[in-house]
Amino acid sequence: MADANSFIRIENLHKAFGDQVVLDGVTIDIQKGESIVIIGQSGCGKSVLLKHLIRLLEPDRGRVLFDGRDIAGLRGRELIEMRSRIGMLFQSAALFDSLTVAENVGLGLKESRRYPDAEVEKIVMEKLGMVGLTEAADKNPDALSGGMRKRVGLARAIADNPEVLLYDEPTTGLDPITADLTNDMIVELNQKLNVTSVAVTHDMTSAFKIASRIIMLYQGRVEIDATPQQIRETTNAVVKQFIEGSAVGPVQVR
Amino acid sequence: MEIGLQVIGRRGVSFIKKTGGLFILLGKFIVSLKDIFRSIGLIFEQLYLLGVQSLPLIIVISIFVGAVSAWQAAYQFKFIGAPFRLLGNAVGKAVVMELAPVLSAIVFAGRVGAGVTAELGTMKVTEQIDALESMGINPVRYLVMPRVIACMFMVPFLVIFANFVAIMGGLAVAVIGVDVSSEMFLSGFKESFKLSDFVNGLTKATVFGLLIGLVGSYEGFNTTGGAQGVGKATTTSVVISMVLILVFNFIFAVILFRI
Repeated sequence: MADANSFIRIENLHKAFGDQVVLDGVTIDIQKGESIVIIGQSGCGKSVLLKHLIRLLEPDRGRVLFDGRDIAGLRGRELIEMRSRIGMLFQSAALFDSLTVAENVGLGLKESRRYPDAEVEKIVMEKLGMVGLTEAADKNPDALSGGMRKRVGLARAIADNPEVLLYDEPTTGLDPITADLTNDMIVELNQKLNVTSVAVTHDMTSAFKIASRIIMLYQGRVEIDATPQQIRETTNAVVKQFIEGSAVGPVQVR
Repeated sequence: MEIGLQVIGRRGVSFIKKTGGLFILLGKFIVSLKDIFRSIGLIFEQLYLLGVQSLPLIIVISIFVGAVSAWQAAYQFKFIGAPFRLLGNAVGKAVVMELAPVLSAIVFAGRVGAGVTAELGTMKVTEQIDALESMGINPVRYLVMPRVIACMFMVPFLVIFANFVAIMGGLAVAVIGVDVSSEMFLSGFKESFKLSDFVNGLTKATVFGLLIGLVGSYEGFNTTGGAQGVGKATTTSVVISMVLILVFNFIFAVILFRI
């Protein structure tokens, strides 16, 4: 599936922290409109990979192309513009605790200085409406439950109508029902906003629900890159063990 | 032996890394100043949070700094037979040139520098700084610049208060404990007071503020490892700030007061 014209292309990505090699030559191509889910064990480098897509981390080797451009070369305004085309939902939502829910959602818009204040307010309420949290607008983030925080994080990620949404463990730490609601919301938003999405998770229920393509990382490399159906039917012992959630098998537990 | 060398090597590398990191942050801070008017609201918020709230502590400490310097000066005067009318001169010089700027800066490092590191460190480990960047907001402009500027304004501002309160503390001890009249103490102080000493003290204080703000932000931004990491970063921030304050104070003394 290697294609230089991909919307997002991750090319031979290497990243190590000290002696610990996290990514050891990862290549992934993502086309417009796809809903990619990256699975793998905790600590296998999924979040690290995601952070490279928005240049929160820089690769030791390899590169990330976004819409045909190597993002390592973006400077100043170009970098801000690239980031404004991408929204990210962080693992623990990463809400700013000194700001209210509405201020959190509107911060990026306000600081971009592209909209008048009244417009920002309108957009904020619209996005909070999309995640069903208009009534929480004036609350502080610490007054919200984990699920609500994630939804605020989601509203913040979609505030500037991004073309790409990145989800870092969208259902981790949520109860099964809230997790399922979150999955539904992601599927709905992906369709409604017509975005390309990349989610990392180790929650297989979530993965099967939101993915159009699933990629498994194992030992710093892509172990499998296939449709959910192909993943279910795979004979790859490592993938099988992971999706079945078994302690017995070839996977080396770190 | 090899282990010892490794430790020295590691420490050396970490020292160079930190020094380099501080200079890079200083550069980014200077670059971010072009957006200073955009961040004016954030700056005022920090001025209030960092400075005004430190005022009561600085006042209490300064009373005792002034008091003890008057007492110790009088004690030394007694032994060398110096006249007590010089008490105002001695206390004034010591306070305005050294004690008020250095002690205010050290108190500020312990209170505000630690607070800046703890806040930014928590933001770092909870990915709030990543979130800012992902939204296209420059964290140096949004977080570091307002804090560093607030420190650079607030340390000298507090030093002005510290000067005044410490002199009053010295005066109280002189009048009550040493039996020097307030007129005599104040005339001694006026006789020795030089505006340049006062201005030098404030200049030092501004530089100390810059150091505290930069070190506090740097340590916060480089925090790793959860709550424990935040604690460690906070301690490191205060220790580095205090050492730098004293080192720079010595450099200032050599430059400003030629022997």
